[in-house]
Amino acid sequence: MAARLGLRFAALGYLAGLLAFPVGLVFWRTFEDGLGPVWNAATNPEALHALWLTVLIALIAVPANTIFGVVCALVIVRDRFHGKTLLNALVDLPFALSPVIIGLALYLVYARTGWFGGWLVDHGITVIFALPGMILATIFVSLPFVVRETVPVLREIGTEQEEAAWTLGASPLTAFFRVTLPAIRWGVTYGIVLTTARAIGEFGAVSIVSGSIAGRTETLTLHVQQRFQGFDLTGAYTASVELALLALITLLLMTLLRKETPVGDSDSPGDEALR
Amino acid sequence: MAIAIRRVTKRFGDFVAVDNVSLAIASGSLTALLGPSGSGKSTLLRIVAGLEHPDEGDVSIHGEDATGLPPQERGVGFVFQHYAAFKHMSVRDNVAFALKIRKRPREEIRDRVGELLRLVQLEGLANRYPSQLSGGQRQRMALARALAAEPRVLLLDEPFGALDARVRKELRAWLRRLHEEVPVTTVLVTHDQEEAMDVADRVAVMNEGRVEQTGKPRDLYEHPANEFVMSFVGPAHRLGEAWIRPHDLEVRQEPNGTSTEAMVERVVHLGFEVRAELVLEDGRRVSAQVTRNEADELELREGQIVFVRPSRTHVFSAVATPPGHS
Repeated sequence: MAARLGLRFAALGYLAGLLAFPVGLVFWRTFEDGLGPVWNAATNPEALHALWLTVLIALIAVPANTIFGVVCALVIVRDRFHGKTLLNALVDLPFALSPVIIGLALYLVYARTGWFGGWLVDHGITVIFALPGMILATIFVSLPFVVRETVPVLREIGTEQEEAAWTLGASPLTAFFRVTLPAIRWGVTYGIVLTTARAIGEFGAVSIVSGSIAGRTETLTLHVQQRFQGFDLTGAYTASVELALLALITLLLMTLLRKETPVGDSDSPGDEALR
Repeated sequence: MAIAIRRVTKRFGDFVAVDNVSLAIASGSLTALLGPSGSGKSTLLRIVAGLEHPDEGDVSIHGEDATGLPPQERGVGFVFQHYAAFKHMSVRDNVAFALKIRKRPREEIRDRVGELLRLVQLEGLANRYPSQLSGGQRQRMALARALAAEPRVLLLDEPFGALDARVRKELRAWLRRLHEEVPVTTVLVTHDQEEAMDVADRVAVMNEGRVEQTGKPRDLYEHPANEFVMSFVGPAHRLGEAWIRPHDLEVRQEPNGTSTEAMVERVVHLGFEVRAELVLEDGRRVSAQVTRNEADELELREGQIVFVRPSRTHVFSAVATPPGHS
């Protein structure tokens, strides 16, 4: 009993000391001087633009990676072909590479002087130091989550439910949307939550391809850094709190969605990943 | 013929799962594909359903060539060993699935689903989810779901394989009655010879991708075509060149002309029947099946010396044709 209590305190203490305390301190320091300065910092045009940009990039990158992630998981689980190991390894590349390297790689390809960038600029498309590059970088760094969360669930449900749907007259597409997707939805949802968190919090890759131009290519994370370096601590803390709130809203939405599912469905395979 | 399978072959890499099989299944019959695991029976069933495509040969359903048709267009109902229940749907929605896909009117769906749930005795459980049902209930739900679209052929792949022995027996009897009520042509895959004999009116015995023999359960038992069918359909022992069933071994207390001496090694009471496990003079082991009364008369007990004589044997030539009877 004493040993178990000891373990529990060790785990809680570790989390409290390393996670809860510093994050809590940010909240406390933000509101130290009351709401007025926070409101000013949050509503200044640059901060508002940074918030909008962060949300916009997430709104594009997350659906893109969700669709790609589910398709890619289907290929990994259901198909047999040469080079599947390579595909599997490639999906994990964004986990393995530092975001800074990803940013540099994108820069090398899409910058005006890069392989592809010159041609794009000639056709009126600017990627680097503009929104397209930031979206590309965010998609790149947050790509593996949906794939990695969906693959095990897809593997566990097998193909029988889908085959049953076929014999009952459902086309492959109908069978996918009415049978397979609902069966893997918790794996996909968890992947979406992780993708969103990663997309909102991305700093390294985006900081290289965006150029951090305040009011134009500055996301919330970049805004935090700019304000911090400019000794505007209230501005930095306020933006940090906004980031934390975005993450909380994502988690809350997921919890609400879960509550709406039928009671009897509690043993769906995806649940394992969420407990 | 409801289903005609002609010269069908299916390979998985180097493994020949189904080897040049031809089989005709009569309308309204309940046929069992019986064989050990890996004999190709499930693959053959999946080929009929369109879930696998044969490398050679063709399949026709009710006279129409179905070889190139996808499973959606074959008019088959398929029941899987592990139920393949749609876990996120209630029992009612599972059963209604095929009708909803076909966009039938709401009232028709409601009435038909109600009728099917009564048929499979799940009326009270329409709002439950599959995870709240027992294995037997889930399988009955899967059957109702497969019957909803009024299939021309019902295919059951080891439907009772995941259930415990008692439920399995109940469901067998229930399936037999259901077949009388809804006489749709049914093919049942099983590795359990007792189940095949109990439920089916015709049995096709499969081994290593080939059909060894097709016939009525009783014919297979009494006139097996070869050693495989003899040993797989019912218990059998080999005595020299001949094969013998345990109940065809006469047991006596006194020697009688051609009889052989044997020692009783073990006596097993199986209710009405008693099985005596015997060791012959030359050390070979056989078992004899007698009724309880016979066992009492013989005063069977372990260590006892008895005299046995086969009353009926089966001899198969090496080429496995034709069966001989003594």
